[in-house]
Amino acid sequence: MYNYGYEMLQLAKEKNVRLCDIVIENEVKLTEQSVEVVREKMGRNLDVMMDSAKYGLENDVKSVSGLIGGDAKKLEEYRKNGKTLCGDVIVKAMARALSCSEVNAAMGRIVAAPTAGSCGIMPAAIITAAEVLGADREKMIDALFTASGIGQIIGKNATFAGAEGGCQAECGAAAAMAAAGIVEMAGGTPEMALHAASIALKNILGLVCDPIAGLVEAPCAKRNSSGTVNAMTSAELALAGIKSIIPFDEMVETMYRVGKALPEELRETAMGGIAVTPTGIKLRKQIFGE
Amino acid sequence: MKNYSVFDILGPIMIGPSSSHTAGAARLGKVARGIAGEDFKAVTFYLHGSFAKTYKGHGTDRALVAGVLGMETYDERLRNALFIAKDMGIDIKFIETDLGDEHPNTVNIEFEKKDGSKISVQGASIGGGNIIINKIQGDSVEFTGTNPTLIIKKYDLKGSINTITSIIAESDINIGMMKVTRQGKGKEGLMILETDSKITDEIVEKIEKVDGVISVRAINPV
Repeated sequence: MYNYGYEMLQLAKEKNVRLCDIVIENEVKLTEQSVEVVREKMGRNLDVMMDSAKYGLENDVKSVSGLIGGDAKKLEEYRKNGKTLCGDVIVKAMARALSCSEVNAAMGRIVAAPTAGSCGIMPAAIITAAEVLGADREKMIDALFTASGIGQIIGKNATFAGAEGGCQAECGAAAAMAAAGIVEMAGGTPEMALHAASIALKNILGLVCDPIAGLVEAPCAKRNSSGTVNAMTSAELALAGIKSIIPFDEMVETMYRVGKALPEELRETAMGGIAVTPTGIKLRKQIFGE
Repeated sequence: MKNYSVFDILGPIMIGPSSSHTAGAARLGKVARGIAGEDFKAVTFYLHGSFAKTYKGHGTDRALVAGVLGMETYDERLRNALFIAKDMGIDIKFIETDLGDEHPNTVNIEFEKKDGSKISVQGASIGGGNIIINKIQGDSVEFTGTNPTLIIKKYDLKGSINTITSIIAESDINIGMMKVTRQGKGKEGLMILETDSKITDEIVEKIEKVDGVISVRAINPV
């Protein structure tokens, strides 16, 4: 068992294995199920993730409230026209993240990763990285275990709840988890994976949760798209050998501390941030017929 | 420190948009159905707090109905649950109300059975799809529906708790949590037990025969 990143790292070093191996071993012990069963269960998560990351690229999805939808498809079509600023990989990943968020807002099937509001970041980053790296299904499942291990540490020492920690706790956690997963997928060391997670958390530190009309739609979908880019660029830095100056465990503690310091208006209450802009208020009134 | 399973972190697989307002609502509905039984003709949902304010935008209404119809949180029919209930001839009502000093995501679900009797179950969605049932027929209870749960309504008789727990032990089932309440000495009360393994019909039948027992409900996890 591990409660902190440094403990995971120590275990991985002692056994000369990857973080995902440590996470799988822990899961097998905890649930008294075989490695095969646990991997198969993760495989089912991956299947749902792949479906939700793809659906919005091909279909015009509309959210229940009508506030968002259709943007994943729009971005994918734009990408196909071949004149993007950020390049194919990043734009494809962004579109996939939007797709998951749109499917979620339209009452489609998703995997909470770690939450429904941040459900686009892990699928988008992991599927897109696998495409670039030519990684197969098993490697994607490995990456999901690495990511979950990072999530376990965040869950134990901080929070995933926007109501407690703001958007940084949801989209920040998701980006940190995804970043570590794709670092290992790309052949990076456990240390590099933790550096990537650390950098991702740092990049989004302090981000507030301010949903328009209190719905998991805006700004959530676009923050999933930017969270995916955060995950991928943080992974890229770590893979180049760049270190996070602040260690992962201290970043988790910092994220939690900053989250608790946020005023209540900026923690999922829809009483602050963009939710109370004139446009945000107007949209809320429209949606609820006030 | 809780030792999270990776599937507490990655998952559940669910119908969006909100783990507390959609997935949790569906689980509340399903556990309530387990308590009320399946032979109902009408259901009224009394929505409190955030549930009352945002239920339409989050699909909480559809999720609650999906739950009482027995659907899982990942069932894609969830979004059509209101129509499905209508087709089944089940009368559904939503009433925005103030249930007092309760969790902001609280609902009181009142079932009207085919025989005209009513049963109400109140619970809250407390985050990440997790729930807590806190009232049955107005009696305070507290269980999550994560573990198999026995709800026994009985008179406060000497030795009855011992008899009941012995029946469970004889079936090789471990009790994880137990709570006993009563309205007064010798009066009606509730006994709630969470166990580590499935509660069979056989156990329920045996407990039903114990002196002073009024009713027994077994809820196996949803």
